Amino acid sequence: MNRIVAVMKKQLKDTLKNMMTLVPFLLFPVIALIFTELVAKPSPDLPDTFFVSIFASMYTGYVPLVNMAAIISEEREKKSLRMLIMSNVKPFEYLIGVGGYVLLLCAAAGVVFGLIGAHSGTDLLRFVLVMVVGALASILLGSAVGVSSKNQGAAHALAMPFAIVAGFVPMIAMFNDTFARIANVLYTQQISIMVSDISASNAAFCRFAVIGANMLIFLMVFIFAYRKADLQD
Amino acid sequence: MMASVIAMEHIQKSFAGRMVLDDVNCSVEECEIFGLLGPSGAGKTTIINILIGQLKANGGAASLFGIGCGNLTEEVHAKIGMVLDESGLYSRLNCYDNLAVFADIFRVPKTRIKEVLARVKLEDAIKKPVSKLSRGMSQRLVLARAILHSPKLLFLDEPTSGLDPSTMLEIHNLLLECRKNGTTIFLTTHNMDEAAKLCDNVALLNEGVIVEYGEPDALCRKHNTAKTVKLLLKSGQYIELPCDGTAAKPIADYLAGNMVESIHSSEPDLETVFIKLAGRGLE
Repeated sequence: MNRIVAVMKKQLKDTLKNMMTLVPFLLFPVIALIFTELVAKPSPDLPDTFFVSIFASMYTGYVPLVNMAAIISEEREKKSLRMLIMSNVKPFEYLIGVGGYVLLLCAAAGVVFGLIGAHSGTDLLRFVLVMVVGALASILLGSAVGVSSKNQGAAHALAMPFAIVAGFVPMIAMFNDTFARIANVLYTQQISIMVSDISASNAAFCRFAVIGANMLIFLMVFIFAYRKADLQD
Repeated sequence: MMASVIAMEHIQKSFAGRMVLDDVNCSVEECEIFGLLGPSGAGKTTIINILIGQLKANGGAASLFGIGCGNLTEEVHAKIGMVLDESGLYSRLNCYDNLAVFADIFRVPKTRIKEVLARVKLEDAIKKPVSKLSRGMSQRLVLARAILHSPKLLFLDEPTSGLDPSTMLEIHNLLLECRKNGTTIFLTTHNMDEAAKLCDNVALLNEGVIVEYGEPDALCRKHNTAKTVKLLLKSGQYIELPCDGTAAKPIADYLAGNMVESIHSSEPDLETVFIKLAGRGLE
């Protein structure tokens, strides 16, 4: 446990000094706040939570995926991961440490998004839970990208298409019904639907089933990538 | 009898059909500084990687503290400190935070961090980010990380490569101090002066084969084929005499005449020994 905590503490200190990682964590909630206050609230045609649901699902699909891939690939490239593993940190402890840290940040972002959307009590909890589940799926996919990339450049190139699809498809789906039907198989589309009306039961079981299926696929991709990769290299 | 901290028997390793290590044998005893000398590409780093369990040998057996290198336990890893070919430092974190990560991992008290930073003379750079350190300072920080948990065995892969003489001297002193405190040191280098100064035993590695093994002084004496003494006279003239009874009288005469500036023996240095055995230099 101390090794997982050591990795998390290291990651917190590093993130605070790494604009490339820090900015995406902060950017989406800030944009959501600005758009909600300046566009959604004054507009009679838009629900107050319009931009919150767009940016929350975008955040869930994009930020954890890109950041996990960037963190792991940087550690591989700079050989600091090799040093950790040679110092008795097991690969799974490292991945839990980094993944847990990213998940905590996503949960904190979920609280911020929820508050911007004026949710409280059970609704706020449900909002955060939905975002955390979505972030977990992105973390699995980001980990797969990270472990299969030997450097940050490769990880960025590989992560970006996945992140763009996961992050932006729900927004495009809002404007095209056919696209929306196809997008239903994607976990971020289900997140988007759930966070847009968090009070409604919203066929939650089916939606979580789709997210679970996505996670299962990502887990298999991760296991395949992990077995192929040599994290000590 | 002291137990071997490191033992290698008939180690073989090949990459893509090319043999890079062939029948490597050696052992390193407790509190010994052992030097593996060889030019770049001789197989030094491959040996370290096999010993720390990162590479599997194709043949032979290697062990640390009696445990096979393919099955090193957490306990064995906790006894090892390493300075490898790449620093693995966190460039955005400062010196203290870099060591704090490993202090947490090894459950070392935080007071130890300042202690080791002082030992490598980085106490003034404690809050300096690694990205702002000079190469010498970075290397000292890597060494501080390696000794943070007071390891019983240190692996040092070219620890002073590319460093200025004063930093090199500081690192040498630190290594001698570590040895005095009971640490066994396995060091690779192509700096023969470093090996001659620090090591109790050296192995000369050429193209994956240990061509010579023993104490540096003994190796130089063994390969002293010239067997002569050289006298530098105060006039600037060099006189070379055979190293036998016939030289006794002339030497005594020069000394009696107060003509001698210095007397030199003709033992080769380690690099000359290596060139003689391998047919090429260490650089």
